[in-house]
Amino acid sequence: MKMLLRYREAWLLLAIAVVVGLISTRFPAFARPGNLAQVFNDTSILMILALGQMVVILTRGIDLSMASNLCFTGMVVAMLNAAHPGIPVVILILIALAVGLVLGAINGLLVWRLNIPSIVVTLGTLTIYRGATFVLSGGAWVNADKMSPAFIGFQRAAFLGVPVLSWIAIGVIALFFVLMTRTPLGRSVHAAGVNPTAAVYTGIDVGRTQFLAFCISGMIAGLCGYLWVSRYVIASVEVASGYELNIIAACVIGGISIAGGIGSVGGAVLGALFLGIIANALPVINISPFWQMAISGSAIILAVVLNARGERRQGRIILKKAEAT
Amino acid sequence: MTDTPAPRRIPDRLDKPFTSAVFSWEALLAAVAVAIFIANSLASPYFLDPWSLSDLTFNFTEKAIVAFAMALLIIAGEIDLSVAAIIALASTLMGMAAQVGVGTAGLVAIGIAIGLACGAFNGLLVTRLGLPSIVVTIGTMTLYRGIAFIILGDQAYKGYPASFAFFGQGYVWWVVSFELLLFVFAAVAYWALLHRTSFGRRVFAIGNNPVAAQFSGVRVGRIKFILFCLTGLMSGIAAVLITSRLGSTRPSIAQGYELEIITMVVLGGVNILGGAGSILGVVLAALIMGLVTFGLGLLNVPGIVMSIFVGLLLIVVIALPIVWRRMRRERVA
Repeated sequence: MKMLLRYREAWLLLAIAVVVGLISTRFPAFARPGNLAQVFNDTSILMILALGQMVVILTRGIDLSMASNLCFTGMVVAMLNAAHPGIPVVILILIALAVGLVLGAINGLLVWRLNIPSIVVTLGTLTIYRGATFVLSGGAWVNADKMSPAFIGFQRAAFLGVPVLSWIAIGVIALFFVLMTRTPLGRSVHAAGVNPTAAVYTGIDVGRTQFLAFCISGMIAGLCGYLWVSRYVIASVEVASGYELNIIAACVIGGISIAGGIGSVGGAVLGALFLGIIANALPVINISPFWQMAISGSAIILAVVLNARGERRQGRIILKKAEAT
Repeated sequence: MTDTPAPRRIPDRLDKPFTSAVFSWEALLAAVAVAIFIANSLASPYFLDPWSLSDLTFNFTEKAIVAFAMALLIIAGEIDLSVAAIIALASTLMGMAAQVGVGTAGLVAIGIAIGLACGAFNGLLVTRLGLPSIVVTIGTMTLYRGIAFIILGDQAYKGYPASFAFFGQGYVWWVVSFELLLFVFAAVAYWALLHRTSFGRRVFAIGNNPVAAQFSGVRVGRIKFILFCLTGLMSGIAAVLITSRLGSTRPSIAQGYELEIITMVVLGGVNILGGAGSILGVVLAALIMGLVTFGLGLLNVPGIVMSIFVGLLLIVVIALPIVWRRMRRERVA
């Protein structure tokens, strides 16, 4: 089964390589390591968000409120920074994580305790969190001139030649890899999604696992709230509007099954990278950026078709393995 | 209480007589609607005016028309997130046709045909290839709106024929707008389809248990395909109304409508997991959402703050019966 998962990721990697290769035949500069590192940096936020979303989707849930959570948390830290420029960035990041965690926990509690389907809960909190951002800010923007240099500069600072933002993405990817493959929580997340009934019989608290998944996606959204606001140097009610579907699209392209239980950290990262490369490649090959949406749409549909075939095949493999043991 | 972390319940709704459950939900919605209506008329002196009330209807008619078809789709256990993108694409192509001088009747035909074609494409992907509708329609929503962006970029289409304005701005009689009339007509048609025909029965059967439905001779795939076509068709009609009302098309038209439409359907008591719901509930939910946004608008509350109320309404209205049922169960136990 692990080999098969690698297989799926290998395909995605191949697709990315083909896209990069095709572009570099005409524009060799695109495939230079420096530019690819730039693309990675540009896609960091989407990759981090996709990992948070992945955990929720694995437990058979969906978190539509991530972009709104990001918007609210970004506004909180930006306003804090504007009002008290003395607060160190690290403290602000911790605050962002905490605020995001609280918003995620609200989603999680509603799903866990009241048994409301996650799509309904997060559809509601999607509008509530963004509305709350408006109430908090009074509709005003926090612009570059109100943010402190440290607030803007932190993620841009280079460490070993790579921006801190990329390091944060690498760190989060590593953390999720360990979390999903080396901890009981990661196992329960998979189990709760593959077969909730069986998971209950093996002693896994499925509801609690879903709650924790929403806490994780909330914290991730909070972290990205700071990253987004300091990267694009603006905090407003419109920040990341509609971005929740991009995050889900990255997961879908990455082979994470919306039915839960199937998906990997590598898939989510590659899915996000694929979207990031398309977004970065279009201006290079001189196609209007207005094409980007239609291309991602086609990529999503193609990915879904391929996923569906992959999932069927995997089902058979599992049975064969079960027979063998 | 043994609060075992049960897996997500499969809703079969056989524990209660179906009609009584639905009745109580609609009664709750009607009570909420009346309460908001009274609160509105007390809060603003401008509310109880025939023309105000007529303006109010424009807040929800276009979305509700799509919500009826969406309700059937969700009852059958599927979902369509691409409705707003279909509206955008249909509107863009209508604008394109208007530029080359297509008349009003032609524009309406184009809008409806594009809607139907988009819905049929969704339906084909879901039923022929057996793909989950939520991801398929996330894909097609990006694709459809993406095509609108390719065609229009940051431009806008204007210059629709004068007679085209009737659909979104015209009045049939006194304060009764064409949109309102169409809303009533669609509500009656979908009510009859869902609650008074064998087709409607089959929709419920599919939502409750698609496998059992198949074994009882229901052509599950075909009915789902028809439902996707209907949803696309209604989106096409909504595109005609919105384009006519605004008199211009941008690729960002109807942005975010899909979530409002689904909120309307869920608020109307349709089970998001399929198998239960009613058109009357959706009508009441549409009224409630229209009343809330219009009433708050009269009080100069910004649109984004209204969305908090709509979001809260959605969660509270769904959570309340659950909490109430649990409390009652605990009292008995």
